[in-house]
Amino acid sequence: MRQTAAALCLLALLPATPRAAAGAEDGISEFTLENGLRGVVIEDHRAPVVTQMVWYRVGAADSPPGQSGIAHFLEHLMFKATDTLADGEFSRIVAENGGDENAFTTPDTTAYFQRIAADRLDLMMGMEADRMTGLAPGAEGVLSERDVVMEERRQVVESSPDGPFFEARNAALYLNHPYRNPVIGWPQEIAAYDAEKAMGFYRAHYAPNNAILVVAGDVTPEAVEAMARKHFGPLPANPAIAPRSRPQEPPPIAARRVAFDDPRVSTPLISRLYLAPNRRPGDQAMAAACEVMTELLGGSGITSVMGRALELGDGIAVGAGASYSSTSLDPRSISLWVAPKPGIPLETAEEALDALLASFIAEGPDPASLERTRKRIRAAEIYELDSQNARANRIGSALASGLTLEDVEAWPGLLQAVTAEDVQACARMVFRPEASVTALMTRTPAPEVTQ
Amino acid sequence: MSPRRAPALAPLLVLLLVWLAPPARAEIEIQEVTSPGGITAWLYEEHTIPMLALEARFLGGAALDPEGKAGAAALMAGLLEEGSGSRDAVAFAEAREAQAAQFGFSASRDDISVSAHVLSEGRDESLALFRDALVAPRFDPAAFARVKAQLAASVAAGAEDPGTIARQAFYARVAPEGHPYGRPDDGTPETVAALTPEDVTAAHAATMVRDRLQVAVVGDITAAELGPLLDRIFGDLPESGPPLPPKGEPVLAGSLEVIELDTPQSTVVFGQRGLPRDDPDFIPAFVLDHILGGGGFGSRLTTEVREKRGLTYGIYTYLFTGDFGEIWIGSFSSANAVAAQAIDIVREEWARMAGEGVSAEELAAAKRYLTGAWPLRFDGNGQIAYLLLGLQAAGLDREYVNRRNDLVEAVSLEDVNRVAHRLLDPDALTFVVVGRPEALGSTN
Repeated sequence: MRQTAAALCLLALLPATPRAAAGAEDGISEFTLENGLRGVVIEDHRAPVVTQMVWYRVGAADSPPGQSGIAHFLEHLMFKATDTLADGEFSRIVAENGGDENAFTTPDTTAYFQRIAADRLDLMMGMEADRMTGLAPGAEGVLSERDVVMEERRQVVESSPDGPFFEARNAALYLNHPYRNPVIGWPQEIAAYDAEKAMGFYRAHYAPNNAILVVAGDVTPEAVEAMARKHFGPLPANPAIAPRSRPQEPPPIAARRVAFDDPRVSTPLISRLYLAPNRRPGDQAMAAACEVMTELLGGSGITSVMGRALELGDGIAVGAGASYSSTSLDPRSISLWVAPKPGIPLETAEEALDALLASFIAEGPDPASLERTRKRIRAAEIYELDSQNARANRIGSALASGLTLEDVEAWPGLLQAVTAEDVQACARMVFRPEASVTALMTRTPAPEVTQ
Repeated sequence: MSPRRAPALAPLLVLLLVWLAPPARAEIEIQEVTSPGGITAWLYEEHTIPMLALEARFLGGAALDPEGKAGAAALMAGLLEEGSGSRDAVAFAEAREAQAAQFGFSASRDDISVSAHVLSEGRDESLALFRDALVAPRFDPAAFARVKAQLAASVAAGAEDPGTIARQAFYARVAPEGHPYGRPDDGTPETVAALTPEDVTAAHAATMVRDRLQVAVVGDITAAELGPLLDRIFGDLPESGPPLPPKGEPVLAGSLEVIELDTPQSTVVFGQRGLPRDDPDFIPAFVLDHILGGGGFGSRLTTEVREKRGLTYGIYTYLFTGDFGEIWIGSFSSANAVAAQAIDIVREEWARMAGEGVSAEELAAAKRYLTGAWPLRFDGNGQIAYLLLGLQAAGLDREYVNRRNDLVEAVSLEDVNRVAHRLLDPDALTFVVVGRPEALGSTN
């Protein structure tokens, strides 16, 4: 079922023609194999080290109804047995070759990576190809891994009040899109995972035509493509894999509110989430404007609009900020948060936030702040060159979220081209009450003692 | 999101990786630069990217907080970037942003860490700002009140967090009477509330001194350029400060303490006596720890507790070697219903390794990982600078970078097993458990 010698020979005859990416960053090239596997190579010859990432175009938001988190559970199982490797052998081989490895799941993608000496890339690639279509976890391992995921949920989500709070908030923003479900899954659905569900998901989504190989480090594009052809080339494409189409949000008509309390809350918090545009292939300008807007509004502490208005002087907040992840398959959100000073009610913080947004929409950004923000974004691109992982991550996540390498290359220029008017346009479009959820986190009042 | 492995003791683990990290096959040439004013730094030149990373530490840190003033060093470090020289907090931040420089300031139990990542374009201006933050912080009343409120909020959150509670309770239990490791670095809600601007000024004078300074620089700068820069950045700091605390021997009674907290999971911190970085057995002990619990996947504890039984998301051990004491520490979290079972397994594995030692295969696999992973730590300016500073902190010399893999390779099965018998002490293994663990009660 998996690779045959004949297929290997045939493919080896095809010319290797990695294409240097037009413009933009030096040392980035791409190729596509006949079975649909995309490859991207990022050259960085500073040290004899390589980072290999395999990105699958499938994430938590692609989980079938009733199986929230199954994409993440499968990510765990990918370290179990395959047709050729026993349980734990994958990790053992990586470790014995001095490599570090891990994997992660996002709403839109699942990615596996190793950092290892550059001369071990061939071995690593062979193992990634092996588990792309040859996963065969034993029943017992599946069940104990389900317990591990439940422990992970307890540790990462439930051990603090923030975890359940943000889950409740997200579920209230999306009425129909599966972004409403947590990446790790709801507990009662985790408890019902089994090998059949996980392997069904695996067979439906794991194939070369749904994967992107990103290799960064001390390698040449020619060598990486030849290696990819050898290991991934023989794997059959899965013709049943179609572009993803998930339930989308209806036009928003009602502002939502979530009230959450927990005895462990030490600092009350108001978090406001707005539906927001995402980067789309060939159409990233609005997302670029929103990216710059979010930075200006709440991305730089006390020099940001929120920091100045809410934290400085007689400001009502201990902390405030904004964040936005523009790289996603479907439109997601911009989040704002304010933690009021002790004694200041959340309602006061909410009024201050709304007043600030109204005046930001009306007046737009201060030109000097906009210029500083542009410079910071530009510099961040230079700093990022220092990290192989960060570069591989940025490009891999964009491609696995439906963007092209051309989009990735155009992005820095689009960010620099954002004007004050663009920023205002994003603010007007995004900050609509009917497209929002306002979530309030408070400490559960102590029960009254009666005598 | 949701990484597969979450280090339970992340901040300490990072420190540990630096100290214990494995060495390179590629020869790395590290220069020692001494400024005209006598400040020394380790330098690794790397001119590919137009930026440099400077990492430095002032030995002492929160350990120098006076009794009742816990959190003073942390608050001081948080205020360094909040106005200095002629600039208030906003003016300073705007000037830093205009240079696109990235600064970091933090206090730990052992040191004040300061960091600057700056572009080659405007490098001297950026580092002049950095100098102002270190040497001439203003501690303005408004900034003081604001950052103190942030620290108070963070400490209050920690007081509800099972991991923080467990870690602090463990150190409070095992640190000798009055030793600074027994108190929280960031202070308690009470000590933070009582901090005054004078306390912060005193913390600055006590900690930010030249004779406890270590510096590592990596990136686009030459030795000739760096020398005078070191004087400009650090030269105006005072020469010396108050005496450092003595090293302390942990008190490990083999007890188990349960701290009741209403959470679905029990967070467990455990430990026994460690050993100093300059102990001749340190490298064998480091290899031993890797096999026991330091190595994540493939380690005995991960195999037994996570892989075979699904009792935890992650279990780790490491040799903590602080400037003022050592301990062999570990951590994990398990559902309340199974925490007692997981603790039993840790005890059994501890005893099994003390009794039987490790196999030749385990040793060979550990060496292959540790030696192979060492070069991975040399692939970014920021990462290398942090590593070089860690080596200085551990009292190692520059050539260690190129010698380290040989030291690991030289560890024999006899060495590891001798060290296992000598050091591993299941009876002294001391636990703190935070949660509602079933069938588990405190012992003394």
